[in-house]
Amino acid sequence: MQDATPGQTAALIQVAGLEFAWPGTKQPVLHIPSFSLKPAERLFLHGPSGSGKSTFLSLLTGIHLPQAGSISILGQNLAALSGGGRDQFRASHLGYVFQQFNLLPYLSVIDNVMLPCRFSRLRRERANDVRAQALHLLERLDLLTVRNKPSTALSVGQQQRVALARALIGAPEILIADEPTSALDAERRNAFIELLFECAEENETAVLLASHDQHLATAFDRSISLAEINHATVNRHV
Amino acid sequence: MFRIALFSMLNRRLTVVLAILTVALSVLLLVGVERLRTEARNSFSNTVSGTDLIVGSRTGSVQLLLYSVFRVGNATNNIGWDSYLKLAHDPRVAWTIPISLGDSFKGFPVLGTTADYFKYLRYGDEQPLHFTRGGMFRHTHDAVLGANVANKRNYVLGQKIVLTHGSGDGALSDHSDQPFTVVGVLAPTGTPVDDSVHVSLDGLTAIHEGWQSGSASILSTTGIYAADENRAIPPPETITAFYVGLKSRTSLFSYQRKVNQYREETLMAIMPGVALSELWQLMKVAEQALLIVSVFVMVIGLLGMLTALLTGLDERRREMAILRSVGARAWQIFLLVMGETLWLVSIGILLGMSLLYLALLIARPILRETYSLNISLYWPTRSECGLLLATLLAGAVIGAIPAWRAYRMSLNDGLSQKI
Ligand SMILES: Nc1ncnc2c1ncn2[C@@H]1O[C@H](COP(=O)(O)OP(=O)(O)O)[C@@H](O)[C@H]1O
Ligand SMILES: [Mg+2]
Repeated sequence: MQDATPGQTAALIQVAGLEFAWPGTKQPVLHIPSFSLKPAERLFLHGPSGSGKSTFLSLLTGIHLPQAGSISILGQNLAALSGGGRDQFRASHLGYVFQQFNLLPYLSVIDNVMLPCRFSRLRRERANDVRAQALHLLERLDLLTVRNKPSTALSVGQQQRVALARALIGAPEILIADEPTSALDAERRNAFIELLFECAEENETAVLLASHDQHLATAFDRSISLAEINHATVNRHV
Repeated sequence: MFRIALFSMLNRRLTVVLAILTVALSVLLLVGVERLRTEARNSFSNTVSGTDLIVGSRTGSVQLLLYSVFRVGNATNNIGWDSYLKLAHDPRVAWTIPISLGDSFKGFPVLGTTADYFKYLRYGDEQPLHFTRGGMFRHTHDAVLGANVANKRNYVLGQKIVLTHGSGDGALSDHSDQPFTVVGVLAPTGTPVDDSVHVSLDGLTAIHEGWQSGSASILSTTGIYAADENRAIPPPETITAFYVGLKSRTSLFSYQRKVNQYREETLMAIMPGVALSELWQLMKVAEQALLIVSVFVMVIGLLGMLTALLTGLDERRREMAILRSVGARAWQIFLLVMGETLWLVSIGILLGMSLLYLALLIARPILRETYSLNISLYWPTRSECGLLLATLLAGAVIGAIPAWRAYRMSLNDGLSQKI
């Protein structure tokens, strides 16, 4: 199960007939008949807050399992993996960026960047020299000077870039970002997205970015609204 | 993962240090009380050893023990010298130590006895008495001081001391006409011997010559009896009690029966070990109350730590979500929190034990001098290790609570943004 090699399928992510309700609630938050992410694609997922974007992303990472339907990532059906297997799979193939507070405050910037390589042998091996790649990413993101600082000493913009470096180290196949720019001001927002694309391209990593901010959509290959694909939302507003 | 745990703890060092201190102080109290308890009991039950029986006039066995060993209270009746001689010459008897109490010296009891006292009396682990200075009394007016008596005012050999008739507040008058000379000082024993002034039976007889019912006669105040050391002293009329060593312990009960059935006087013989444990039973309630209190302190300490850990956990939700996002498994989150608690408790135990030994090292001389309590330094005993293990187990049980919560939380929250 460890570092399962993905089968050769067309889509990186393939979702079919997904239904999910939070434990203890009757109304499903998500009902997504179909969704897919192609290799090296840059996909923008938008929707107002509370619409279920974060929920959908945490299903894709295998943290939660849907009550119905299937999620295949790199040809691997997540439901077929054990809990620990999904954790391992996530560590190996997914990079994740939160909206804010991405970093462990007690680790230095560079230790934060190298974190995923502690949990995945595959990413450790792909990075080859973990420290060298971490330094390279930090350089690309203009963070070399702060590499040994505690992560708490950084500005929000810097923190988001460190999170980006961490998500990309060891070249995972997919980068998932949940409102990564919401804490940034408009100018730095675009610069961040640009950097994100450059680095993702370098690592041949596909990007799935969720945000309520429609303005970002233009830079992406494809843009979809969660409301379009999620049939559960309709029910919720009845 | 270990490094992460370590740095995470360093990040919360104040809480962590407080938690460790809580555990350490609880351990210090718990094991300290346990140790004092054991030491007090040991030192108590070793007050007399090697003595098979103690004979006195009939009364309660605890009362006989109290006045003949601990010099507390008074004998209701004395033993006639004739009776003593008869019982002491029994073929089953190896040795006897007659003792005569009643007088005092600056609040310390004066004990009249014979040279056999220094030869046969044993305490602790069958240890004999030792002299730190001088030796046994040889003349009528020689005195041997117990360690505490000598230390109290730094009495030196050759110094003259004046005994007081009677004891306590009711003490009547001084035997100032016949002062005694300090000829020896005993090594500390941690028993009532340390608080006693030892003189010969002859000495006691001599100072009471001419006294009637507790007051000096005109004759004695003239100093007529004082001077001559070599004056022949008649044997005492009575003694307070005597210690008996038998040739063989098999004759213990038959000799005891003989004493109890002695016709001319109503006497009783007690086994000191049995009487000592009877006496200890009386104090057991207090002793156990102390242990229970310290167990509760430990429980409160651990609950305090649990509170700190649970409060800290809410602030750590973010940390857990980040670790999950980079691939940490749910059980690793469980271990992270669980390991931390166990580590805290272990360090707390180590620190507590170090503090205990430090405290013992400092308190030892004080306890010995003030309470005649000899605390020896030794590695944790099995029962102490049991207590420590129980603490660790309790810590594990308590640690499982926040660990389980963190585990559930990391499963439920997943990666959702809980700020
Ligand atoms: N851990 C959780 N447990 C229960 N309900 C949740 C949890 N996280 C989110 N929700 C609910 O799921 C719905 C979608 O939330 P979310 O996925 O965070 O939306 P978005 O990311 O689009 O703002 C909301 O109604 C929210 O209250
Ligand atoms: Mg969200």
